[in-house]
Amino acid sequence: MSSTAEVAPDRRAAVTGVWLHGVVRDVDRVALATVAGMGGVAVRAVSAAGLVAVVSTAPLDEYGEEPLRRNLEDLAWLERAARTHHAVVEALARQGPVVPARLATVHTDDGRVAASLAARRAELSATLARLTGRGEWGVKGYLVPGASVPSVASGAGGGGVGTAYLRRRRAQLTAREEHQQVASAAADAVHVALCEVAVAGRRHAPQDRRLSGVSAPMALNGAYLVDTAALPRFSDLVGSLGTRHPGLRLELTGPWPAYSFVAERPEPAGAGGESR
Amino acid sequence: MTTALAPSSADDPLAYRPVALVDLLDRVLATGVVISGDITLSIADVDLVRISLRALVASVGALTPPEVG
Repeated sequence: MSSTAEVAPDRRAAVTGVWLHGVVRDVDRVALATVAGMGGVAVRAVSAAGLVAVVSTAPLDEYGEEPLRRNLEDLAWLERAARTHHAVVEALARQGPVVPARLATVHTDDGRVAASLAARRAELSATLARLTGRGEWGVKGYLVPGASVPSVASGAGGGGVGTAYLRRRRAQLTAREEHQQVASAAADAVHVALCEVAVAGRRHAPQDRRLSGVSAPMALNGAYLVDTAALPRFSDLVGSLGTRHPGLRLELTGPWPAYSFVAERPEPAGAGGESR
Repeated sequence: MTTALAPSSADDPLAYRPVALVDLLDRVLATGVVISGDITLSIADVDLVRISLRALVASVGALTPPEVG
């Protein structure tokens, strides 16, 4: 078979990059062709070192460094990119364990992706093994406004109107502080209890109320890696913890691909070879 | 077929719910870093998150600039 003239490799490398969605052990390449990646083009596989990176071809006029800086400021672009990336990772997660890449991980070409796989083979394989048969679940805890705040309507005490006002005001502030302390302690207790059933747990920063659109302050933004077999126990536990801590409203989300449990370690401990 | 988000089982107490963007961004921006891309490597981790959240907050409106120095 003769192929038609190829684009000169150098030039090609200059105009497109490679957006990494995630790393898996193996993938059904036929099925992969039905999964839409960045820009609506089907994703493809880059294999190396016994691992498979699932990637999108990413034109650098949109996904290069400068365009990325600009595009990440554009909410519509950001949302589209996040949802597309997530849809690919999720499609992979349905087939087996996947190590998701963070949004906007772009390599210059397939060769660099393959080199990364080879350099980090041990770490990636270990992570894939750790994620097998497990899923990530999110548990958010919001302060229930006014819950269990002691009433401050006691009419006792001498002094004038001003004194009574100050006393009442102080009691209100104290009550609010206590309420937040109680909620914060409850969030800690909920997190500890969930970690006992989960394989691992971590807390994300509480979401900004302007972002979440929820007016109640968030006291817990937890992510938990849960064995599939333990899932009923985990979700039951969320229910009973909600009953035990009426000052918090708990919300369960998932299953998520294990985004929160693949974080890159600052210094890879020996395995994988030198990278500098 | 490729985009349907199915609950893990029929008796899953969780009904189907579309993924909230803010929950998604918690995960795809703040975590999931496995391999540093050649290009995004030059965008500091912190910068990437801050840029995006600024865009998001701004679009939500009522943005009060944090501590203009």
